[in-house]
Amino acid sequence: MERFEKPVLIVKNLRKQFGHGCGECEALESDKLKKNYCPVCGTVYGCQDVSFEVYPGEILGVVGESGSGKSTMMKCLYFDENVTCGEAYINTYKNGESNVFEESSQQKRYIRNNLLGKVYQNPILGLKMDFSSIGNIAEKLIAAGSRRVGEMEERGRQLLEHVNIPVFRIKEEVKNFSGGMQQRVQIAKALSNNPPLLLLDEVTTGLDLSVQANVLDLIKEIQHELGISMIVVSHDLGVIRMLADRTIVMLNGRIIEQGLTDQILEDPQHPYTQQLVHSLL
Amino acid sequence: MMDLLRIENLSKSFTLHNLRKHISACENINILLKKGEFIGITGRSGSGKSTILKSIYRTNLPEWGDIWYNSERFGLINLARAKEREVIYLRKHEIGYVSQFLSVMPRTTSCQIVEQAVVEMGKDKEYAKEEAEKILKHFDLDRELWDSYPNTFSGGEKLRLNIARAMIKRPRLLLLDEPTASLDNTSKLRVRELIEQLKNEGTTMLGIFHDLKFMEGLCDKEFNMDKGIITN
Repeated sequence: MERFEKPVLIVKNLRKQFGHGCGECEALESDKLKKNYCPVCGTVYGCQDVSFEVYPGEILGVVGESGSGKSTMMKCLYFDENVTCGEAYINTYKNGESNVFEESSQQKRYIRNNLLGKVYQNPILGLKMDFSSIGNIAEKLIAAGSRRVGEMEERGRQLLEHVNIPVFRIKEEVKNFSGGMQQRVQIAKALSNNPPLLLLDEVTTGLDLSVQANVLDLIKEIQHELGISMIVVSHDLGVIRMLADRTIVMLNGRIIEQGLTDQILEDPQHPYTQQLVHSLL
Repeated sequence: MMDLLRIENLSKSFTLHNLRKHISACENINILLKKGEFIGITGRSGSGKSTILKSIYRTNLPEWGDIWYNSERFGLINLARAKEREVIYLRKHEIGYVSQFLSVMPRTTSCQIVEQAVVEMGKDKEYAKEEAEKILKHFDLDRELWDSYPNTFSGGEKLRLNIARAMIKRPRLLLLDEPTASLDNTSKLRVRELIEQLKNEGTTMLGIFHDLKFMEGLCDKEFNMDKGIITN
């Protein structure tokens, strides 16, 4: 059957290794590696040939234990880390025909500023803490090429209102904000350039339940209203169940299983996924 | 009548790696469902009824066999092997699923739940709201419950909301997974009336029921299951 829709993002064989690798480990044969570590040369393989696609308007969930490579993969996709090898194609960039990992650093900056948004688990990584919330948004807009102060302020106000930051606090430094508010400012900042793809890395981890609910509702609302595709990384299966249509499960830097979220939760195939699902309280 | 669904030699088992167990859920199932028909499957708990329904909806991954569905969008498609995105499309547009438990997004009112199903089909919000209100009225859900969260609803009210959410898409195929299991007799009768209403409206349905008596005179065909196989 012909493809009935075009992916927003295609990732092929993304590999990220920390170390030079050796003849023993480069083929990534599981019997030669200890989990994701080569006992001969000490190389750690953060992501081992990860491949997946993200489709328009969908939320793709990524689950896995700490150290499974989820965040490394997200860092590579946002160019926070350079990949060792692999390909990624964004359909709104050069018609989806150019491997973005091989682009110049200037082009990568363009992609990051114009086509992607990222929300980090730790707001310190995503926000300038000494800037106001509207200043943080302006920073992203300026990076994306905006120069008109009035327009930027208007856009900032709209976005901050959308994520429920009180108007009277938008000029206050974000370091004064609570964790939940900082996450909401991060989301507003990530949305400011209307990216077709949003990367959310453990955005609700560490927040108390009611604040978590608030952030999750906001993410779902964004998906419904703006139709933005998202990759949501979480080790919380409840978050994934609530948000994601499809889910990939990672272990030791590899994708060990992928499927419809309800299928992953009700009929997991891989021993690790079964263990993970059965650990649900 | 056109064949809407043809299940051929469907088998499904579950391997529980940690317990080193292999459980066979259903074996060699063959069912033919024509457009406008209502087929009922009955059988004891654990006889494999739900596994069949979940395999069609792909909450379970079928192991062997084929599930041919005649889709408006894709033509003849094997649900057992279809791509995940195709299944998601079919769930949004063509195949409805009503389970005995209502599983919904928290902090969402009953009207919003039904509205969301319409928005997922690409319709605008205003139209979705109008349609949602119409169908909640149609299925007789008290107006004062429209703006409430369903976790406070009774079993019967939840079920009516569940059916409304599935039916608002006018699905070509509706799967009913023991919708009466947790209901008292009065609510069961109300569900029977609802199913009768759906049948008269031409909905093609495949339902599993615990209670054979409850189904009398309603199904076009009945299958009975025991230990994972169809016995009649």
